[in-house]
Amino acid sequence: MVEDRSLSSKILDIIVHTTMIFMLVATLYPVLNVLASSLSSSAANDAGIVSIYPIGLTFDNYRMVFEAGKVPKAFTNSVIYTVVGTAVNLLLTSSFAYALSRKHLALRKLYMTIAIIPMYFSGGLIPTFLLVKNLGLYDSMWALILPGAISITNFIIMRTFFQGIPAELEESASLDGANDFVILFKIIIPLSKAVFFTIGLYYAVGHWNSWFSAMVYFKDSSKYPLQMILREMIIAANSMKDAATSEDFNTAADIINLNVKGLKYATLFISMFPMLMIYPFIQKHFMKGVMMGSLKG
Amino acid sequence: MFRLPQLTIKNKSNTSLKGRFKNLMAQIYKTRYLQLLALPGLIYFAVFQYVPMYGVLMAFQNYKIRDGIWGSKWVWFDQFLKFFKHPYFWRLIRNTVLINVYQLIFVFPIPIIFALLLNEIRNRHYKRIVQTVSYLPHFISMPAIIGMMVMMLSPNGGMVNNIIKALGGEPIYFLTEPGWFRPLYILSDIWTSTGWSAIIYIAALSGVNQELYESATIDGAKRWQRMIHISVPAISPTIIIMLLLSIGKLLSLGAEKVLLLQTPLTYETSEVISTFVYQRGLVYSEYSFSTAVSVFNSVINIILLYIANSVTRRITETSLW
Repeated sequence: MVEDRSLSSKILDIIVHTTMIFMLVATLYPVLNVLASSLSSSAANDAGIVSIYPIGLTFDNYRMVFEAGKVPKAFTNSVIYTVVGTAVNLLLTSSFAYALSRKHLALRKLYMTIAIIPMYFSGGLIPTFLLVKNLGLYDSMWALILPGAISITNFIIMRTFFQGIPAELEESASLDGANDFVILFKIIIPLSKAVFFTIGLYYAVGHWNSWFSAMVYFKDSSKYPLQMILREMIIAANSMKDAATSEDFNTAADIINLNVKGLKYATLFISMFPMLMIYPFIQKHFMKGVMMGSLKG
Repeated sequence: MFRLPQLTIKNKSNTSLKGRFKNLMAQIYKTRYLQLLALPGLIYFAVFQYVPMYGVLMAFQNYKIRDGIWGSKWVWFDQFLKFFKHPYFWRLIRNTVLINVYQLIFVFPIPIIFALLLNEIRNRHYKRIVQTVSYLPHFISMPAIIGMMVMMLSPNGGMVNNIIKALGGEPIYFLTEPGWFRPLYILSDIWTSTGWSAIIYIAALSGVNQELYESATIDGAKRWQRMIHISVPAISPTIIIMLLLSIGKLLSLGAEKVLLLQTPLTYETSEVISTFVYQRGLVYSEYSFSTAVSVFNSVINIILLYIANSVTRRITETSLW
């Protein structure tokens, strides 16, 4: 292409680069600031002089957060909910998506309708809450996992993928006497590792970052995931409305609440870190996923 | 939405109801392994999607947990009337609509501008780095985002108030000031969603035939002229669809972010329909009343979405040609 070397082109370049640099700084600064503050001494944090490099470098904040208070337990909880939740998601979503991707499945159209209607109408918060309670799932891990076991968007992405697998592969296998289960495990799953990986990570991000269900369904705060602890430590401590719930804070958490900003920063960073490590690896799939989810769904 | 292949039940000789049923049963038996694979999913949908839909009936009752849906007293539209007469009714509508309108004005255009400018970057490496960074906020949880805001805006040593103090101003209590709720909500929305929302426009731009740009250049078009006459028209169908869909969502706003960002001192501007449903239903256990509020909200949403959808259909059909 012939380069446009006019003045207007240069001005455009300046606008483009200024915008991009502003975007980079505005996005990265808060995150780097959290990291730097979490590694800074409490004197530096109290003075509010930390920007993006630690002042009075120390690992005490992380050591204290992991030694006392609710963070270690909550971290373990979050890992368990994420791993078990994602496994359930993948198992249910993939088997349903596979079955509905096969054209010869009887009643396929009816099943598809059943899966699509909830995109437009849903029971909403209260009926779902009462259902969970009636099923005896209240205050249990399953209240976080089962109500969202199949995301319709992810189901559609998986189904579309399975539909793209050539039918000849299965036909030859079924001539050899393999049934649908054998075909699924021996042929389909090995071919679909990438889609399992991507959808699995989508689900995992959702579980790791979720907090609302935990607030609604957990009475026992020792079951809280990390995000709920974060909310208690920084946000609820900042507002009076949760004065009632803060009564059951243990003393260690109370100390954390009362002062030491470094501990809050450390907890903030711990809660963000796993996702920040994961997301660059799934980003090449975003384009496809978003297009399918928003246009087709 | 979905064009599904017709389910073909081969009925060679038998067209009676009984014959069809037999045929269907034979088809089901033939695909029994697949049926078995579909079963857990079907159970999931039945239990966790359709049972709550049935539970919506409690909006027309005076629901008591002890009596269940079968035994509770039917009051028909009383709960709805109670909501319409509620002293906070207009405040809730106003707050919900206003945040959406501000999102439309201030948040909506930014990903479009970002995508258009990103498209002007030649260096692939640079482009990828910017894009990767722009997705980052999408992967940070809402409690962490609001947590960072709380720390940054704190009147005691928060960065923003430090700057205000350094400039000789009085510290501002951002989170307890009703006037600051909407600006904070919108600003954090921009921070969180710009990169992610831009994906759809970037995808549309990547589909533009490069020859168009080349022939425009040969014809003497300047770069900004190419941007306005080729890139903008290329994404305008997407813009129109996204715009109409967000107009269709004027009265829907999730509770999660608002619950984290609001304090009782800002209810004046921060209480929206979904947080009201949460408070009434789960904090005060007024199950029927809060379900009625959320049913009212869904009905309005469906009507708005339907209108937006039919307008979209008409416009995109014409813009296709």
